[in-house]
Amino acid sequence: MYVELKNLNKRFGNFQASDNVGFGIEKGKLIGLLGPSGSGKTTILRLIAGLETPDSGDIFIDGQRVNDLPAAQRGIGFVFQNYALFRYMTVFDNIAFGLTVQKKDKAFIQNRVSELIRLIGLEGLEKRRPHQLSGGQKQRVAFARALAPNPHLLLLDEPFAAIDAKVRKELRTWLRETINKVGITSIFVTHDQEEAVEVADEIVITNKGRVEQIGIPVDIYRNPQTPFAAGFIGESITLSGYGDLHGFEAVSGFDRAVLRPEFVRVTKPQKEIYPHASQRGVIDEIFFRGSTLELRVNLAGQRLTAYQPLDGDAFAVGEEVSVLIYRLYLCNERDVLKVENRSIQGETAFFI
Amino acid sequence: MQAKTVERTLIAIGVAFIALMLILPLVTILVYALRQGWEPFMDAITNDYAIKALNLTLLATAITLIVNTGFGLFAAWTITKFRFRGKQVLTTLIDIPFSISPIIAGLVFIMVFGRIGWAYPFLDAWDIKIVFAVPGIVLATIFVTFPFVSRELIPLMQAQGNEEEEAAALMGARWFHIFRKVTFPHIKWGLMYGVILCTARALGEFGAVSVVSGHLRGKTNTLPLHVEILFNEFRLTAAFSVASILVIIAIVILILRNIVEYKLKQEES
Repeated sequence: MYVELKNLNKRFGNFQASDNVGFGIEKGKLIGLLGPSGSGKTTILRLIAGLETPDSGDIFIDGQRVNDLPAAQRGIGFVFQNYALFRYMTVFDNIAFGLTVQKKDKAFIQNRVSELIRLIGLEGLEKRRPHQLSGGQKQRVAFARALAPNPHLLLLDEPFAAIDAKVRKELRTWLRETINKVGITSIFVTHDQEEAVEVADEIVITNKGRVEQIGIPVDIYRNPQTPFAAGFIGESITLSGYGDLHGFEAVSGFDRAVLRPEFVRVTKPQKEIYPHASQRGVIDEIFFRGSTLELRVNLAGQRLTAYQPLDGDAFAVGEEVSVLIYRLYLCNERDVLKVENRSIQGETAFFI
Repeated sequence: MQAKTVERTLIAIGVAFIALMLILPLVTILVYALRQGWEPFMDAITNDYAIKALNLTLLATAITLIVNTGFGLFAAWTITKFRFRGKQVLTTLIDIPFSISPIIAGLVFIMVFGRIGWAYPFLDAWDIKIVFAVPGIVLATIFVTFPFVSRELIPLMQAQGNEEEEAAALMGARWFHIFRKVTFPHIKWGLMYGVILCTARALGEFGAVSVVSGHLRGKTNTLPLHVEILFNEFRLTAAFSVASILVIIAIVILILRNIVEYKLKQEES
């Protein structure tokens, strides 16, 4: 493990920002810390960087315990949420700052900064001030500035939070490719699961200062290990009376179930494939969601959400439909149990 | 139409009030000063005691500025860039000179350093004079004006946040380098503004200085005290002439203040 956190605790007044946090990161990986705001993900980043001191626990980078090492000597590049570019310096001086501090000679700085400006594709804007740049450009400059002194570890705090939706997607792809090109171990913080799934090699899910689960995105999606992870990933709804659903039965010790829209299939009653596994519901509402339709279906008093492709069968509000549920995550306070619809078990499942 | 009437009425009230309360008294000072012609005016302001008083005022102001600029910077830096217990208390304490009467401020120094003060035996033994001497005047002026600089800087630095400094520190920059390259460019006009307000107040300080000065003409008399003495001796022309020096300095400061204010606004946009 290249970066290793062991039993980290950090408290701000009455607020437990890190509660026994521990996980490891392999060299060269891009890790996403994912969690709702206030879940302690930024604190973890700041603890690693040395901007905060843990109350207890150890931080190892490349085998060395860095708790007592000043932030500047940990070899870390940090990209702040609002970029924190030096507003009274040009783009060039911003990127050169770390090298100037290290008293590198002029020619070296000139070379290194030019190289980075090429990398971020901002040639010709060296003389601009931060306020003359767009959000995406600022983000790139902040990235180049963090990379300039050749850090071993790059930390990014909500790198895309302040950028509008369209540019964000472009930048996401760009950042992923650039980090791969540079080959630097990186950790970024986000509250956006789509972003985490798309960019990260591995995801660490945080909640209330604790680490809930760590794993590759597909695994976290498929096998959530805590009730929080089951509910947080995907657009889930929670059902209390899951035992009444066809194909499922109540399991003692699990009082509710998390259901994702992609595990629900809505069809016309005459097109029903698994009569034993399905049941009848009524369409309550239909929303147009751009590339899909979102259906709200009333199933014996419980409301489910399902997606319907635009080119599929057309439904009307109030229509009786057949509803098939493939899978549920049963939850209690601590555990998650994945159950498939028993009436279709053995069939080939075509969902993830 | 209604809004227009309201607007005009309010402007008229504002202008009338300022004319009555500010312009008229200021003009009166100049008129009184020059009433008997140029020569008595020049006599009054080139008078030995007047010049000595002016020098003392400038000296006290200069020392005050140096001390309070330094203190203001440190206080603002401490309060905005660190987390610690009792920060709120410190912020409140800094504002004390604004809420306390200057007379009390003067009396405090008498009680500490004067003949009845607890520090007197020590000072007497080393032959140091504070009360009824120049150090007392400087101390009183510093006390009365020390919140100005930090008061200007704290909101400014709070708005800026710590991230730029943290970014610089993470890259290994030393604190002075950070201050010079990152913090100072941001606060320089705010600092100037605070310094100007501090200067204006230091030049005109009367109450606290009056208590600790002892009114020794040519020794511990500042310009405002000199005006008072002349006035009490019924030498009105001389009093107003000397007062007009303070008025002129005040106007110059006002102009400077407006320039700096304009710069500050530009910076914000």
